[in-house]
Amino acid sequence: MSATTLATLHPGETATIVSIQAEEALHLRLLALGFRSGKQIEMIRKASFSGPLQVRVGTTDVMLRRVEAAKIEVHKA
Amino acid sequence: MKRIALLGMPNTGKSTLFNRMTGGAARVGNWPGITVELLSGKILLGNEMVEIIDLPGIYDLHGFSDDEQVVRHFLHDNIPDLALVVLNTSQIERQISLLLQLKQLNMNLVVVLNMSDEAKKFGITVDVKKMSGLLELPIFLLSAKYGTGYQEVQHAITKALRYPTPGMAEQLRTQLEQDEHIESEMARVLKHTVQIPARLSDGLTEKLDGVLLHPWLGLPIFFAVMYMVFQGVFLFGQPFQEGIADLLDWFRSVALEPLLGTLPQYMQGLLLDGIYNGVTTVAAFVPIIVLFFLFMAIVEDSGYLSRAAFLMDALMSRLGLDGRGFVMLLMGFGCNVPALMGTRVMRSRAMRLLTMMVIPLSLCSARLQVFIFFTAALFSAKAAPVVLFSLYLFSFTTAIITALIFKNQFKNTEPFVLELPPYRFPTARQMVLRGWLEVRHFLRRATKFIVAGVVVVWLLTNLPSSAVPASADTYAGMIGSALHPFFAPLGINEQLTIALIFGFIAKEIVIGALAVIYSLSGDELGNAIGLQLDWVQAYSFMLFTLLYTPCLATIATLQSESKQLKFTALSLAWSLGLAWVVSFAFYQGARALGY
Repeated sequence: MSATTLATLHPGETATIVSIQAEEALHLRLLALGFRSGKQIEMIRKASFSGPLQVRVGTTDVMLRRVEAAKIEVHKA
Repeated sequence: MKRIALLGMPNTGKSTLFNRMTGGAARVGNWPGITVELLSGKILLGNEMVEIIDLPGIYDLHGFSDDEQVVRHFLHDNIPDLALVVLNTSQIERQISLLLQLKQLNMNLVVVLNMSDEAKKFGITVDVKKMSGLLELPIFLLSAKYGTGYQEVQHAITKALRYPTPGMAEQLRTQLEQDEHIESEMARVLKHTVQIPARLSDGLTEKLDGVLLHPWLGLPIFFAVMYMVFQGVFLFGQPFQEGIADLLDWFRSVALEPLLGTLPQYMQGLLLDGIYNGVTTVAAFVPIIVLFFLFMAIVEDSGYLSRAAFLMDALMSRLGLDGRGFVMLLMGFGCNVPALMGTRVMRSRAMRLLTMMVIPLSLCSARLQVFIFFTAALFSAKAAPVVLFSLYLFSFTTAIITALIFKNQFKNTEPFVLELPPYRFPTARQMVLRGWLEVRHFLRRATKFIVAGVVVVWLLTNLPSSAVPASADTYAGMIGSALHPFFAPLGINEQLTIALIFGFIAKEIVIGALAVIYSLSGDELGNAIGLQLDWVQAYSFMLFTLLYTPCLATIATLQSESKQLKFTALSLAWSLGLAWVVSFAFYQGARALGY
């Protein structure tokens, strides 16, 4: 178990969300999409040219940018 | 009349349900308290007429996005008699939070768990009866797409409407602390009623994504798909456009001209070349808009549009746009009007406006006609493709520069976090409805404006009555000579200036206008222009044509979509200013270099 941010996960890796250090608007949106501390999150893929990330939380696939993913602290399984 | 509001998160099939309920008989309208227009429809339920309003999809009742504020203000100022809450069954574990927030408002609620067909495929089971009991709400499974379960929902709505709405808490913006309560409540309800398999078994979406979002293959496939959509819309559309034009011409010659033949020449001109031509201008857009939205319905409803956003984001985020904006920009190369209408998929207003600033710079097919005529008249067959290509380059470059310049003015403040829904088959019904609703929207919003514009230009180019139409003695000619000091430094003469005034209506008529101005047509016109202008003047004219106001229909659409006169004026001023500066720099630069 090691603490890191969502942005550093490699495709195929799974982690547990520890905390979300985002401004309120982003925080609310992430909550509504199912990002909550304690939830499992899987990195599906990373777009080329430092593009966005595709992650899976519960039954929802979500794309977000790397800057935003860096605000989500996770625990690697 | 009683009001039912449709509420739910994005991607829950809310609009599909709305279309099923209203059968496409919807209208766009304004509501107190909010500035955006909402779709609503009146239907007979039981034995009374009720109005159904499709509210924008929201993630959170307390959120800060444009849509979330719209919904809050709507609910505040137009308390509905019933809120029909639409949840995506496969995502119920997170969407139930919105339901619980709504429940706190103490509204009359009926809940539908939509896309139940998809949930079944995923192996998700919901004990609806138990959930109804726990939440003390009427809850139903539904597939709005295929209609399964719709009868029961309709029945429940009719029943629920009989009771008065309990009234809402005065303070809509409840404290965020209450969300904690919502979280424990969520867990309690879900634990007892929903079963989700440990691993989702949607192998198809995963396999498709493996190819369509492939690190190397993704982008080439994206461009191939876009190419096919583009060809589909504009190649298919052309025969329809020509057919409609022929039909309207035929009607003019067999019915209108004989009928109006007794009127004075002048009235005939105004009615036929002014008003009737305005109508034909509008009609020319109909097949393109229908086809565009038929194809867009496929791209969007299948889930591919959000994949396009994923693929293009690395580049587009630097321009302050997103990948969906890129799709619309590409489509603008066919026709700007549907591309502008298509920006509605972007829910952040700032980003939408920025995209709408950029789209009018796409070299559309109407402008291409002008360029093909001019390059044929002034350049060798070998140089012509290079000239055309350079104009496309100018189009792209000015689009990028425009985005970079206005990116801070229209700063997107909404978090860019998008759902990637599973791939779905759009139904024919959804596609046809979309095309039909969009074309009706365009006709309602733009017709008057376009017809009025065509009439004004007709008057300018035909008054005073003593002047030869489109000559230097008409008002247009006078404007042309008054503007000459502005156009002379660009190498654009007075005759071409009059053609530019015509081009304000539509670029399709520029060549026709030149034919009237020079009293020549076809090759003869080309030869005359070839003798009068050198290539530097012609290229400068083409640059100006590329960049200034695309056409009246584009302006009408900019206004009807932005609902902001200031924005439309800014877009107009920017394109005119840019056209002048670029043509000036080119013309003076080329002359200074000795060309």
